[in-house]
Amino acid sequence: MSSIGTGYDLSVTTFSPDGRVFQIEYAAKAVDNSGTVIGIKCKDGIVMGVEKLIASKMILPGSNRRIHSVHRHSGMAVAGLAADGRQIVARAKSEATNYQSGYGEPIPVKELAERVASYVHLCTLYWWLRPFGCGIILGGYDRDGPQLYMVEPSGISYRYFGAAIGKGKQAAKTEIEKLNLSEMTCREGVIEVAKIIYKVHDEAKDKAFELEMSWVCDESKQQHQKVPDELLEEAKAAARTALEEMDAD
Amino acid sequence: MDLNMDLNAPHSMGTTIIGVTYNGGVVLGADSRTSTGMYVANRASDKITQLTDNVYVCRSGSAADSQLVSDYVRYFLHQHTIQLGQPATVKVAANLIRLISYNNKNMLETGLIVGGWDKYEGGKIYGIPLGGTLIEQPFAIGGSGSSYLYGFFDQAWKEGMTKDEAEQLVVKAVSLAIARDGASGGVVRTVVINSEGVTRNFYPGDKLQLWHEELEPQNSLLDILNSPSPEPMNI
Repeated sequence: MSSIGTGYDLSVTTFSPDGRVFQIEYAAKAVDNSGTVIGIKCKDGIVMGVEKLIASKMILPGSNRRIHSVHRHSGMAVAGLAADGRQIVARAKSEATNYQSGYGEPIPVKELAERVASYVHLCTLYWWLRPFGCGIILGGYDRDGPQLYMVEPSGISYRYFGAAIGKGKQAAKTEIEKLNLSEMTCREGVIEVAKIIYKVHDEAKDKAFELEMSWVCDESKQQHQKVPDELLEEAKAAARTALEEMDAD
Repeated sequence: MDLNMDLNAPHSMGTTIIGVTYNGGVVLGADSRTSTGMYVANRASDKITQLTDNVYVCRSGSAADSQLVSDYVRYFLHQHTIQLGQPATVKVAANLIRLISYNNKNMLETGLIVGGWDKYEGGKIYGIPLGGTLIEQPFAIGGSGSSYLYGFFDQAWKEGMTKDEAEQLVVKAVSLAIARDGASGGVVRTVVINSEGVTRNFYPGDKLQLWHEELEPQNSLLDILNSPSPEPMNI
């Protein structure tokens, strides 16, 4: 589906004759080349997982966090250029705090998603700025229940039951569609997300990876936090077993 | 009596204002006297002001200050409602009022009671007295007339009243305060807010119940001069 936009791809303020802005599409490519990031909305909360590709054996496990808490009730998982992601997270945190100070209540997830999307879109309007090279999965739990949003480098933001970005997004989306999310609790969801990430991980192309997961659900008292260690280990074990069963066929 | 009345004194609302929650919503009540020193500048003012479709505020203290604060908050809430895509919550309205009251405390003199209904919390009352504290209460009283109502509410207030009980309580309380507080008077206005909407009611001052030592209104003998019926003194 990719085409070379010779001549029309030099600036984010240039349209091509067929109405595309190539710089934004190239930014999306940066996202597609990163490790898979998944988010699902279960009946009692949101679960997010990241396939963190390990660049070097010298990296300390647990460092380079890809999932960040934006406020007590919401968190963001970032795919693509990590440094760009840090900027967006900082902006989201600042929006959330200002909203709370001004209006006296936590920012509704819908409002937060709109502000993040606005900010990402802003950087596609001026020639002296480049688009953000990252895709965001935003999960939060507010008065209207758990909600999951995805923001793309173009600034588009939609609300989802399940979303995936990065290398294995096609395969991941297929797997997510098989799940019965409306009946699933977050506890079960954590296991499923781990299984999907292990499944879509390409052993041939990428060597090692680290699984990072977070949730915000009734069990976590509607606070966004890392999935508890024993549950994470349980999920990893289940995922590995599922992979072996598949290989054994 | 002081004949040198200061007609240029700032308009202050001596006032009695009340906000009460009941099972299903809130009832706000107020008197209607606005005074400039000893002179009653407006004997039928409306101290219960709309902020949004579902949130109203009772104003006391300086008339100008309370009107300005209400106007600002109405403006911010309007924008907030558009952005949010749904009605603002009572808490947000109260918080905006509080921020203005607190951050400008050196310049403002106004005590406010915010009351309304939203789909998340139901009926709520928030009191925001002079310094800019924000306090959520099952009922709140304010203004100069409220001094006479603390004991009354301690005794008469109960949780989970019906709409009619709550409204009768509010009317009775404002009426008692008007009887004792010189800076409160006129009519009693109430606003009832619940899931179905907003209802305004009006209780004329001369139809209010008489309290201890208050005299029945007597017709003046001068009425004979104005009456259309035949002259009583026929020669």
